[in-house]
Formats: sequence, C-alpha cells, structure tokens
Amino acid sequence: MEVLKYDLIIVGSGIAGLRAATAAAWASGGRISIAILSKIQAMRSHSLSAEGGMSAVLYPDKTGDSLELHAYDTVKGSDFLADQDAVQILVEYAPKEVRYLERIGVPWSREPDGRISQRPFGGMSIPRTTFAADKTGFFIMSTLFSETRRFDNINVYHEHFVTKFIIEDGEFRGVTAYDLKRGEFKFFYAKAGIIATGGAGRLYRFTTTAHSTTGETLGYALRAGLAIKDMEFVQWHPTALVPSGILVSEAARGEGGYLINKEGERFMKRYAPQRMELAPRDIVSRAILTECMEGRGFQHESGMCYVGLDLRHLGEEKINRRIPFIRELAHKYAGIDVLSEPIPVRPAVHYTMGGIHTDTWGRVLTADGKWVRGLWAAGEAAAVSIHGANRLGSNSLSECSVWGRLTGEQAAKYVLETSRLPAPDGKLLDVAKGEESRIFDRLLHKEQNAPSPYEVKKQLNDIMEEHFGPFRHGSSMAEGLAKLKKLREFSSFRVVDSSRVYNQNLKDALEVDGMLDLAMVVGIGAYARSESRGAHYRLDYPKRDDVNWLRHTVAYMYGGELKLLYTPVTITKWQPEERRY
Amino acid sequence: MKSLVVKVKKFDGSRTWWQEYKVEVPSEKISVLDILVKIKEEQDPTLAVRYSCRMAICGSCGMVINGVPRLACQTLLSELGDSHIVVEPLWNHNVVKDLVVDLEPDFEKVRAVKPYIIRDVKEVYESDKEFGQKPEELERYYNFAYCIQCGLCMAACPILGSNDKFLGPMALNAAYRWSADSRDRGWEERKKLIDTEDGVWPCHLAYTCSAVCPRGVDPGYAIQLLKAAILRKKRP
Ligand SMILES: Cc1cc2nc3c(=O)[nH]c(=O)nc-3n(C[C@H](O)[C@H](O)[C@H](O)COP(=O)(O)OP(=O)(O)OC[C@H]3O[C@@H](n4cnc5c(N)ncnc54)[C@H](O)[C@@H]3O)c2cc1C
Repeated sequence: MEVLKYDLIIVGSGIAGLRAATAAAWASGGRISIAILSKIQAMRSHSLSAEGGMSAVLYPDKTGDSLELHAYDTVKGSDFLADQDAVQILVEYAPKEVRYLERIGVPWSREPDGRISQRPFGGMSIPRTTFAADKTGFFIMSTLFSETRRFDNINVYHEHFVTKFIIEDGEFRGVTAYDLKRGEFKFFYAKAGIIATGGAGRLYRFTTTAHSTTGETLGYALRAGLAIKDMEFVQWHPTALVPSGILVSEAARGEGGYLINKEGERFMKRYAPQRMELAPRDIVSRAILTECMEGRGFQHESGMCYVGLDLRHLGEEKINRRIPFIRELAHKYAGIDVLSEPIPVRPAVHYTMGGIHTDTWGRVLTADGKWVRGLWAAGEAAAVSIHGANRLGSNSLSECSVWGRLTGEQAAKYVLETSRLPAPDGKLLDVAKGEESRIFDRLLHKEQNAPSPYEVKKQLNDIMEEHFGPFRHGSSMAEGLAKLKKLREFSSFRVVDSSRVYNQNLKDALEVDGMLDLAMVVGIGAYARSESRGAHYRLDYPKRDDVNWLRHTVAYMYGGELKLLYTPVTITKWQPEERRY
Repeated sequence: MKSLVVKVKKFDGSRTWWQEYKVEVPSEKISVLDILVKIKEEQDPTLAVRYSCRMAICGSCGMVINGVPRLACQTLLSELGDSHIVVEPLWNHNVVKDLVVDLEPDFEKVRAVKPYIIRDVKEVYESDKEFGQKPEELERYYNFAYCIQCGLCMAACPILGSNDKFLGPMALNAAYRWSADSRDRGWEERKKLIDTEDGVWPCHLAYTCSAVCPRGVDPGYAIQLLKAAILRKKRP
C-alpha cells in the first residue's frame, strides 16, 4: 500500500470539486499541495450533463431583478425548508461566480450588446438562468478542468475510487482509494479534505443521472461517523425522455415549450394556472403523473405512460440556437424530430436535495453539531441547505460553484494555519491496511455464496421505485423498509473478476455496498416525516405541517443502527406561507 | 426480441483474444453501450468498459465499433445495419484492459498547449468584472470548444500511428480554441509550443480526425487555421 501525503484532498471532480481546487490553489498562492481524486476520468464527471443553466442576478439595473427576489424564489421553491442564511450566501456569490467563470473562458451565450444571456426557469420569477446554449454544465465543467491545468500544485488522480473516509478524534486524516488503472491500493494522508462526490440518482432505475451518480460515498460517510441531512427529499425532473430517462432540459419549457396530454390540452392550467409549465419541478412532476393516473397520458410500447413536450411552435431557428442538444437527443434516443412531433417525456429521478450535514459554510458536522476539523463538503453531496424540500432548476450549478469556492478558500487557509503534518502513526496505517485487506483479500476472494452486485442493485432499484417514489404512503413505505433491511443483510458480494487492474466488477460491488446504507436513510427519513413538503409527497399526509415538521432530518449511525434527530430551519426573513404558483 | 452476436477484443494484461457473446435485445433502438452493459451484468462481469453519462457528452465510451472509432452510447444497433457487432479498443493507445485504453498521454498533450486564458492571472482571480465578449467573437471559437476529449480523433489519426510524439488533433484543437478566444492574450506563447517539429507541421490533412468526431468539432480544420495563423503572423 502506497502512502501519499497532501495538504488538501478533494474527492470528486465535478463543478464543486474543480472549483474548490482552483479556489484553494489561488488562495494559497500556490503554497499548498492539492490532490483531486475522481472515480472516473476527472473531466467526465456528471456535472457535464447539466444542460439548462446557472442562476444568478447579473444585471439588476437592466432587468429589475434583485438578490432579495432570487432568495425569496429559492426559499419558496424549497417549500420553506431551506436555511435562509445559506440562501443569502448563494444569491450574493452566484453573480461573482458567473463572472469568474466568464473570465476563465466559459462560452456563455451572449446578447448582441455582449451581455450574458439569461432565460426563464421553473419557479424563478425573472429570467435569471445564464447558459451556454443547452450544454451549460459541459462548458463549465470542461473550462474549469482546463483551468486546473494552470496550477502546478493541483494533482489530478483519474479513476481513483475512494473506499473510506478516515476520521480520528474528530479530525479528518485522509482517505483510502483503489487506483483502477494500476490495480493498486493507496492511502491519501492529508491535513484537510473536501467531499464533492455529487448525488445518488442511481438509487432509482428511471433517472436522468449518469451511471456514475451512485452516492456510495454518502454511505461511507455514515460509517465514518458523519451525518446525512434531509435525504428523503428526492427530486423528480418532470421531463425525461421515454424510455431511456435521458434529460430533456427545463430550458425547453424556459424557451416556451408546452406540456400536452393525450387530448392535446395544456394540462398545467389545472395545477399551476399562473406559472403553467414553469411551476417548480415537484408540482409539474406530480401533475404529469396525475394526468397518467387519470387516463389522459399516452402509452409507450415499453409500458410507460407519458405526456408530450411540444416545441413545434418555437420554430427551427430558435431551437437550433438555444436548445440544439435537445433536438439532437430527441432525434437520437427517441427517433423524434421536435419540429414535427412532441417529445415523449415523464418524470425521472434527477437530484438529491439531501446530503452530508454541514453548516452554512460547508463545514462538515457530526450529528451533535460539532465540526469535523479539516473537513468540508460541497455541491450535490452536501446539504448546506439551500434547496430544502425542492431545488429550483439552475440553482445547483450556482451552488456547486459558490460552495466549491468557499470551501476551497477555507481549506487553503486552514492548511496554512495548521502545523506540518507528522508522519502517519501506526494506528492510522493499520486502519488503512485493514481497508486494503477488506477489499483485496476478502471481497476479491471470490465469495461463491454471496449475491452478484448487479442482482442486488436491481432489487434495490425495484424497492426504491415501488415504495419511495413521488407518491408515498406509510404502509407501502413500511413494506419497502422491511425489504431494504433484508437486502442490507448482504454484507458481501460475489466478485467474479479476480484481477486487480481495472476490476470494474469490484468497483461495482463497492458502489452497491455504500448505496444500500444510503437507501436506508432515504427510507427511514421518508417514513418518519408524516407530512407533505416539496418533493416528499405522502398520500396519507397530503398537507404540509409546519408545527411538527418545519425541521431538518439528520441521520447518523450509532452502534451499527441508523438513528434520526431533527434540527431547526434557519428563518431570517420569510415565514412559511402557502405555496401557490 | 432480436438475437445478435457481439465480438469483443479482450485483453487481461498479458493475453489478447476475441470473445463472442450471444445477446437478446428488445429493439433495434438499443445503443452498443447498453448491449455491452447487458453483457457485463448478465454474462461476463470481467468485461471492462468505461461509461458514464450515456448521452454522448462525457466522452467515456470511445471504442472501435465495426471498424470505425465511435462512442458506444451514440451508436445505435439500427445504425449499424448488421446483427454482427465487432468491438475493439481505440487504436493508437495502450490498452489497460479489454476496451479500456490509457488516455492520460492525450490529456498531457492537451495540458502542454496551455488550455486556459493566458493573461494576468491576478485579474482573473481578483477582479469582479467580465472580460466581455461579443456574439461574433464567441462564434470564432465556439465550435472548437465542443471537444469532449474522448480520444476518437487520436485513434483515427494516421500520423499518430507512426509518430506518437505528434501533439495530435485533440491538443491542437485546444490550442486553437484558446488562442481564438477574444479574452485570451496567449497566442505568442502558445505559438512557440506548436510551431515545432511535433506540433502542427506533421499533419498532412487526412481529416480522419474530423470525420470521426462525435461532436462535429473539426479538429483538422483547427490545425489548418493554426498553420495559417503562424504563416501570416497574425493571431487566430
Ligand atoms: C441531466 C442533468 C441535467 C442537469 N442540469 C442542470 C442545470 O441545468 N442547472 C443546474 O443548476 N443543475 C443541473 N443539474 C444538477 C447538477 O448538474 C448537479 O447537481 C451538479 O452538477 C453536481 O455537481 P457536483 O460537483 O456536486 O458533483 P458531480 O459532477 O456529480 O461529480 C461527482 C464527482 O465525485 C466523484 N466520485 C463519486 N464517488 C466517488 C468515489 N467513491 N471515489 C472517488 N470519486 C468519487 C465522481 O467521479 C465525480 O468526479 C442537472 C442534473 C442532471 C442529472
């Protein structure tokens, strides 16, 4: 086992992780050593699938927009579960980040006068979503990755799969990782760490997220004594392509697309008469599923019910200029020409509102609210929390960039202020070696009687889809929980591949192992929350209950058991009100 | 259901062989990637293949399919017009295992041409202003910024087959993309890196790179524009 020493380790190379790296590199004046670890090649992180855009108040004098309005939209969109002090930070820093990204070379779409263009998005009362055609995530990701190339003190470790966070005496010590390409196991020993490992969409089957968005690190975080917040809030995006689940960006509706049912009717008028197709995602998703349940949807050959996303009236010129990728994807993966036919869409799992419990600045907290010294979390993996019970589209890229920057700067400062890292002691090395042996000796040592990771993942997906979907019910969730518990009894998996170099079978088993713990967190959190709020909708408790449930769920592991506790929501300006659109 | 035969070139670190799999697929609309994942999950978990976004934007699943470098997720069975599929790892690269090749030398070449805005770094990090850009300035480099670093162009380049020091289409495209950006001031610096024996000059215009690019980037054209800029002594 190789031991590598770094000042700062960033796990994850999405927009959050890369922005953390450039911020730390600059803030430290090149004086600290930084490692970025990514389980896939670093420039291929899921962030690049983001299509629609990034929210920010850029030209308030010209558009009448304001930070206050952006904050209010976000809080209302969150169904009042967002922490309002955190939201304030989001809206203040987002414009600075859009301009930073402009200076490092992001090809933002422009108006004739050179201003950065902005488009309307769901739940945003003013067009404030900045974009680079409909490949915004791709352009931000690839530009940020390029930008890391400027700094000699940023070291990128492609295809290093992190298997464990090591925390001792309330302090971060490093991570262990499986280097796929070389087939080696490594201990990255460090002063500080930032977890930026993204969401967990693949807990479900029908999802817009990449195959790599599995969320195992959140399961590992629990085992390391960290806490997970608000995990029951899972976002369904209203418009995923049938049957693949590939996203049709909200930009399609932002640019004026309609949703129609079998009768050709714009059904959103019954659910959100004012905002119509641009109501928040939880509302539009439930509307589509309701149309389906009431028999007004179309039927796909795969058995899925869907509705039509109609772009025909937008015209070819606008479609090619503003949403060319949507046209390409619909053509390729659904065989549809958007100029002549509506696109077949239905809701799919898209975003994980919950994540690692942190404070407003992204510092990682244990369940009792203590900072784990030297550790931060940013991006979709973290719950700071600005999205509360429902994220507004385009707020995530802003979040990734803002908290990437903030955590990177803080970590750099922390590293410079703490004394030199001593050589790792024997106890620490034993922990790392124990992990190596768990993986290379036990898991790799073919367990004939254990189940295949693919079989377990399939069952997990079935349970999540059936029992923890967009419409939930206590009795069904109780059943789902029982099934999950049974599935969790598998503590090992059959790894057929016995090689060390690029053993994806082993990697897949490690993913499923972490996902099982995380699924339990979604399950028990959802079952306990006896109200409906944002994306968490219960048929047996269809109303929001601010008296009992205006609070965050915090899950943690104690003596091998998952426990829940609740923390208050920070309200600075806006008292909860009824959410109408 | 439709039956097909998929032939995969496997490599386990020492041995190379062809492995055949029989697969049943529900429709012709399935991608080669979905077929490979199906094989991996149902028949042969040792099969190594990179993939992630499955929507042709992350650049993971580049491989040679029926003799042409392509992204597996972007290649539908219906487009191959054949129920015999032959898959091998990208040419011109060292194979790590099965369909997984080492692309890190390509990434290092990109790094060598300084793929970022060259100008006062302090201004980049400490000002809070936009550098600014007009739509027509955006147009000059926009298409070249679509590169997803999948490596297909590097696999298709005939020069790289015999001279692996050649910077190649991926890095040279990046050199053009950054030099043609109105916000960049780095042409003179970058020119020194590419006006060299292994820089732009080995390219002899085969344009196979552009032919296989899954995002229509046209790196071959980028190389010609770089040559022209060098000869005319005028930044792109
Ligand atoms: C299709 C789609 C479109 C979207 N469009 C938009 C949009 O227009 N606007 C918007 O605001 N939001 C959008 N979102 C949401 C947004 O893209 C994501 O929330 C955001 O990109 C997450 O970025 P991240 O940096 O947190 O993580 P990611 O980009 O997901 O990166 C996670 C990183 O963690 C690494 N990692 C994970 N596990 C491990 C491990 N065990 N070991 C080592 N490394 C690991 C991965 O390799 C990767 O580098 C969209 C989401 C989807 C699915």
